[in-house]
Amino acid sequence: MSTHQLTERPSRSMLFDGLARYIPIGATVALLLALYGGGVANYPKFDSPQVIAKLFIDNAPLLVIAVGMTFVILSGGIDLSVGSVMAFATMACAWLTVDAGISAPLAVALVLAFGTAWGLLIGAVIHYFDVQPFIATLVGLFLFRGLTLQISDTDVSMRDVEFFQWGMVHAVDVGEIRDGGFWLPNLSFVAFAVVIVAFTVLHYTRFGRGVYAVGGSESSALLMGLPVARTKIGVYAVSGFCAALAGVLAAFATKSANPLANVGAELDAIAAVVIGGTLLTGGAGFVLGTVAGVMVWGMLNTLIAFQGNLSSWWARIAMGVLLLAFILLQRVLARSGEKRRT
Amino acid sequence: MSEAPATGGKRPNPYAKRLMWPVLVLAALIAVNIAVTGFDFIVPEVNDGRLGGAFVNILRRSAPLLLIALGMTLVIATKGIDLSVGAVYAIGAAIACQMIIGAEDQTATGLVLGAVALALAVTAAIGAWNGVMVAHFGVQPIVATLILMIAGRGIAQLVTGGQIPKVQDASPFTELGRGELLTVPVPIWIAALVLAALALLTRRTALGMLLESVGGNPEASRLAGIRAKGITVLVYLVCALCAGLAGLIGAANLGSADANNGGLWIELDAILAVVIGGTALLGGRFFLLGTTIGVVIIGTLEDTIINVGLSSQWQFTAKAIVVFIVALLQSPGFRAWVLKPFKRRPAPAPAEEAMSK
Repeated sequence: MSTHQLTERPSRSMLFDGLARYIPIGATVALLLALYGGGVANYPKFDSPQVIAKLFIDNAPLLVIAVGMTFVILSGGIDLSVGSVMAFATMACAWLTVDAGISAPLAVALVLAFGTAWGLLIGAVIHYFDVQPFIATLVGLFLFRGLTLQISDTDVSMRDVEFFQWGMVHAVDVGEIRDGGFWLPNLSFVAFAVVIVAFTVLHYTRFGRGVYAVGGSESSALLMGLPVARTKIGVYAVSGFCAALAGVLAAFATKSANPLANVGAELDAIAAVVIGGTLLTGGAGFVLGTVAGVMVWGMLNTLIAFQGNLSSWWARIAMGVLLLAFILLQRVLARSGEKRRT
Repeated sequence: MSEAPATGGKRPNPYAKRLMWPVLVLAALIAVNIAVTGFDFIVPEVNDGRLGGAFVNILRRSAPLLLIALGMTLVIATKGIDLSVGAVYAIGAAIACQMIIGAEDQTATGLVLGAVALALAVTAAIGAWNGVMVAHFGVQPIVATLILMIAGRGIAQLVTGGQIPKVQDASPFTELGRGELLTVPVPIWIAALVLAALALLTRRTALGMLLESVGGNPEASRLAGIRAKGITVLVYLVCALCAGLAGLIGAANLGSADANNGGLWIELDAILAVVIGGTALLGGRFFLLGTTIGVVIIGTLEDTIINVGLSSQWQFTAKAIVVFIVALLQSPGFRAWVLKPFKRRPAPAPAEEAMSK
């Protein structure tokens, strides 16, 4: 009895105790299946495997930033700068290779290092100077959109750079699409790798457990002797790296850099994370849930494309409705958790 | 407040202390402009019975942002935040423009009044919805308003059918953005009236104190007999109403409603203005006058960039620098860190260095 009481977790985590913590992610997966089933029932050719493969081609950059965002949100923060950092990374790739003539692999490495360094800096500002994450990352949102526009206010093409052909090279080719086959390019596998690494780090390393602990209760984590500073700065570095990597993936996918690309990508990422069952207050959630959330977003867009006569803004409205449903679901679970405790 | 020890023991007038920085920054910006473009910058002129001049134009263009920032100030005072104002701006503009272009005679006054009333009613309903989510469902403000931030522009697109409705120039609706009354541009009138009304309501009645009390500690306020939930719903409603009004002014000025780009990032500008004005995001205290100065600073900053010969792309960068400096200046941790070498001396002013660049 007494041991049970001693090992009881702090109240905020109680709401996702036991099986209840799987309800949101279960709902997301069910929703995903329902959307897919609806698509198959209503549209011919929706059951082609390439429809699913395309989800991972079109949404590879979003998947990567959403994974980074999962770290930040799990730790109880938020990163508004990812859309701008992503656009800046794409533009920087183009500028470094086309204008400055640096070799492409080096340019990509520089961009990734820069994204990580920026994340470290902003994480340090958030932690040491106690600036709210919302405001601190707002700086990044404005700064990198501005810098991107200053590098070029028109599209820059990277078609002539050999290296950027690699991303869309078919890594897996299974039969002809006509005969029910599918293909996946290299960049999808980069995104898969990010998900696998993130999953491992979050669930099987000390840093990952620290992220959950800090998100659950920062002061408790500090009193437990966890490295709060390292964790909090680390999550923003992860997010910065992911945003830069997403920008590189976008460079691979489109082979051009648009200064106004990815406006609002941070919102899509946050929505995907929340729909994936991660609590926006931090401390509870899964990377794989985020993958499901991104797939819901992709599936909505696919359905709209198949319908043909609907505008893409219906996806935004549907996303808002889903967000509402999931937030209310989280509240209901939280309430019932509180009741169970008393 | 948690930062009270860092701000110093003596506090003759918290207002004056809080307003000092924004006023200094604004004065520095205006000085830069005067140095570059001459005294014409600040002196209003009258053209065709209408007040003009560079600074008056800044005020006129800042009116929508001011309206939103005032609403945002009240929301932030209750420890909340409203991310949906940009989307609400677009929805308000879309509803009014769509209703006007749908009519046969776009110049009818009754029609314009009806369109304005409908747009304001819908935006008020949206605000009430946000407030109910926060107060009654207990959803975090940032999350509750994120829903509409994401879905809102889609709704505006739904209203306009994906088009950009263009109102005829002859319609009285455009007066809302371009007209003048007693030589003063109408947007300035509207913004000034809203500022005066909100200031009177919050500072001459108990409402302001109640707001700060709810922001300081909602539970304690409830126990003290304050209807915290009602007040929370009210501030979100007022904020959305202000955003809708701002959308109307913006649409009237352009003569059209762009659901995608109308009021894009205005929520961030508004939050920035509020923070520059000295209202901490932690809630529990608010400065309407500070917010007003913050809005004018942002408006002047945009003109300053053009005037000193930088390309308009610098706007984002300059704003980023301002956000960064303001955030750091307001951080007790940063001030303590900077002041450590030379204690008991006022903080250095990196703000002005960056602004005068």
